[in-house]
Amino acid sequence: MEHNQEVHAEHPEHSHGYGIYILVWLALMSLTGITVAVAGINFGGLTIATALIIAAIKSFLVLKVFMHLRSESKTFRAFVVVAILFLLISFILLFSDYSFIVRN
Amino acid sequence: MSSQEQTAAAHVHRDDVGARMGMWLFLFTELILFGGMFILYSIYRYMYPDAFHLAAKELNTIVGTFNTAILLTSSLTMVLAITAIQRKQKALSIFFQVITIVLALGFMVNKYFEWGAKFHHGIYPGSDTLLAKPAGEILFFGLYYVMTGLHGLHVIIGVVLIGIMAGYTSKGIINSNSYVKLESAGLYWHLVDIIWIFLFPLFYLIT
Repeated sequence: MEHNQEVHAEHPEHSHGYGIYILVWLALMSLTGITVAVAGINFGGLTIATALIIAAIKSFLVLKVFMHLRSESKTFRAFVVVAILFLLISFILLFSDYSFIVRN
Repeated sequence: MSSQEQTAAAHVHRDDVGARMGMWLFLFTELILFGGMFILYSIYRYMYPDAFHLAAKELNTIVGTFNTAILLTSSLTMVLAITAIQRKQKALSIFFQVITIVLALGFMVNKYFEWGAKFHHGIYPGSDTLLAKPAGEILFFGLYYVMTGLHGLHVIIGVVLIGIMAGYTSKGIINSNSYVKLESAGLYWHLVDIIWIFLFPLFYLIT
């Protein structure tokens, strides 16, 4: 995080060092390794939750760093948050509707 | 203002923020496109949990993991290409773009062999072997072919896009002053990566 701010101070526009990207890439590769390793263990219902949480963390890293959301204005971040929120709402509504249909 | 005047004015007033925002808006529609398929996947998996587990065993986890690593690395080289052009390192930027294309093609070659092996075993949409399987497995493979197929199509489009960007960079149309085209291509490429991040555990890691 400190490194991040340092880079920001030097380049107020969206120009970054190579280092942070390589760090994020290493994190993404490690998380992939963890997902594969964990998939073999049976946590019951939590197995899929674990996989999805790791996928969400990876996506967050890609959005924030690779897709430069960390250096975009607040408007962009609001845009993305609203879009993801609506996707989640449609997922939740559909699943609740589906489980209602199944039960009846 | 007429559109012609706008085009003329665009040379003076450039709106990079607007261009990126437009790209993001397009990406949201992509999110909806794949989101719908993920909903379909979730409901069918909920209906046929055992068949999905059984069918997923046919998929090669090693190839899947390898392809994930390839795509993540291509995302890295893409973002490095943008950093390079920002730092006026034109040749390095083109180099990173070419590496991105090579990795994307590597992904597709793996996909080709993966699908080829399935076809060889008689598992392809509408085949007798597949149709003889229980309903849940037919649905799993249907979703597998449609979702990874649509994702593969996006990878091919990405290869073409990045190829055009590499051409623009070498011609100087994309330079250290104006690189929003490369940034937009990058945004697209990272979204393709994010979709794979979700496809991978959902298809390859059900045990």
